[in-house]
Amino acid sequence: MTKPLVRPKRKDPLKKTRVPLLPQGVRSRTALGLTAAAAEGRFRLQVCADCAAVIYPPRDACPRCLSARLPFRDVDNRGTLLAETTIRTSTDVYFRERMPWRIGTVQLDAGPSIVAHLHGDLREGERTRLQLKIDKSGQAIAMALPAEDTPNMADDPQWRELTCDPKFRRVLITDGRTAVGQALAEAVSEAGASVVFVGVADPWKPFPGEDRLRKIERVEIVALDLTDTISVNECAGEFAARVDILINTAEYVRTGGIIDRKGLTVAREELEMRYFGLTRLAQAFGPVLRARGADGVNSAAAFVNLLSVYALVNWPAYGAFSATEAACLSAAQSLRAELRQGGVKVLNAFFGPLETEWYQAVPPPKVAPSALARAVVRALQQGQEDVFVGDIAEDVRARLAVDPKALERELGS
Amino acid sequence: MSAPDLLAFASAVAAGDIEVIDLTHTLTPEFPTIVMPPELGQCAPFRMEEVSRYDERGLGWYWNNISMGEHTGTHFDAPVHWISGKDLANNSVDTIPAANFIAPAVVVDISKQSAANADYELTVADVTAWEKQHGRIPPRSWVLLRTDWAKKSGRDYVNMREDGQHTPGPSPEVVRFLVEERDLHGLGTETIGTDAGQAFHFNPPYPAHYYMHGKGRYGLQCLTNLDLLPPTGSVIVAAPLKIRRGSGSPLRVLALVRRA
Ligand SMILES: [Zn+2]
Repeated sequence: MTKPLVRPKRKDPLKKTRVPLLPQGVRSRTALGLTAAAAEGRFRLQVCADCAAVIYPPRDACPRCLSARLPFRDVDNRGTLLAETTIRTSTDVYFRERMPWRIGTVQLDAGPSIVAHLHGDLREGERTRLQLKIDKSGQAIAMALPAEDTPNMADDPQWRELTCDPKFRRVLITDGRTAVGQALAEAVSEAGASVVFVGVADPWKPFPGEDRLRKIERVEIVALDLTDTISVNECAGEFAARVDILINTAEYVRTGGIIDRKGLTVAREELEMRYFGLTRLAQAFGPVLRARGADGVNSAAAFVNLLSVYALVNWPAYGAFSATEAACLSAAQSLRAELRQGGVKVLNAFFGPLETEWYQAVPPPKVAPSALARAVVRALQQGQEDVFVGDIAEDVRARLAVDPKALERELGS
Repeated sequence: MSAPDLLAFASAVAAGDIEVIDLTHTLTPEFPTIVMPPELGQCAPFRMEEVSRYDERGLGWYWNNISMGEHTGTHFDAPVHWISGKDLANNSVDTIPAANFIAPAVVVDISKQSAANADYELTVADVTAWEKQHGRIPPRSWVLLRTDWAKKSGRDYVNMREDGQHTPGPSPEVVRFLVEERDLHGLGTETIGTDAGQAFHFNPPYPAHYYMHGKGRYGLQCLTNLDLLPPTGSVIVAAPLKIRRGSGSPLRVLALVRRA
């Protein structure tokens, strides 16, 4: 049974912070199909379109019928742990620090056998659920879990190495004035975060939900204005070394396309809050996050972006807004590559219209702030890189995979 | 009358016989700006981006790029700011005659009334009572409204409630009186805006803006240190930036006061 995680003590200031090391991480282009699946928390393997063989490791030709049509498909993830090994020594600098490390061979019911990292509660011969995970170097690996959940399962060290669980971590919610920011403060507090810093800009302006926000357990309000470089830098100067998960809840939602907007005042505010806000956070908090990727139980773990799904394809009714979200998505992709050097993940959560004032005239389905918050926490607990929340986001994602042009045209009519 | 002796004036300033009192708040990102409903255009707050600071971006020098609205921080309102002044001659900061940037001031103290009632409105009776004590307001004078609001900060300074801002200001009647009967140069306040916080509900809305700018007169707002000025006898130096067709500008407001 997994030993429950103990809340880490305050760090010994005389101790050197360990440099984040990364596991080996080169894969073939074909094998990146596994990374794509792991990023979204799906279990997908290549399935031959001609003979239906399930194939692992990824290949360019079917070993049974030589077909080159080998798309990645969702596959049953159940199997049996055939054999396990405990690695006690390694010349690999990443694993040397993490010994002992258990790996084993899993026979999938769907066919192939896969070498996987093993959860501590799984024993040889037992039934298992296999998951694809993104490791610290950004590569997909397989992790074998017990067939049924076990107590304190998420506290397993090999599992926690692959996830960004808020438990015992210190979280910064960058904007507590929004309904989503408040819902996330509540959700990460419930998920066991040891401190929830919540940024509030313009403290002279009252805002709805303020009293409730202040009463959430372990919430500490901090001065943070994402549109102000000085404010972001000062906040980072005070708190960055104590932020393990940063969740950017900045939002700026306005209707209208590019022509409809008169002048640039609104567009500038939108970019200041969203694109430049993200840039300010990345510059002020990024270097410290990246340096603390291996800093014990409460190592720096994730930078979370909340993005409209219309970052992926423009919705002209909210056209200028969509363009700004697209800029944020592109920046987030760069940030992901930059933070990976420190073993810190970037989680992008995509969602459609929210159940908030700025989407008042949009008909349902809409995503409730609390639902978005729960989905983000879950994706952190699973160590995902991307999560699509709600019917609209799922739909946009699915249709982009099939026919992006048709979707563009439809959104524009 | 002999020609004024400017050198004597400069010596008096240097010697401190004429005190220079700074009526300006420091420009900072945190200083509140006026708040409009979120679907309307907003005045940009002050922002500062470092260009270099003796570093790889410029080894030997420190400088910043700054941005803000015309009505951010301690600032000047030109007549063109309001629709009532839009067609006047010389109504923007770049065309106002430079001599108008220096004018005498009187200080009307309603700090006690404002402390008791955040929505206190200056009345004609207040002004005539003041005149009984200090004499008639000279033509082309700034009227500076002392409320001690500048001593407040944050939430207390802006005083936003669910029905809007609550800060003192002039009644519609007193603005008309000052403009028409006293040939006022302009009105200066400590609050955000020359009008009261609730002036949207006055008739006309925002009477200080409406009547003053309609007559080509000026506004100064977010002033501080008005409590250091005598009721009469000070001179204000308030020159906005020369922005083409500008409706206003942040500026340094100085009061010259003969030392008692
Ligand atoms: Zn095949």
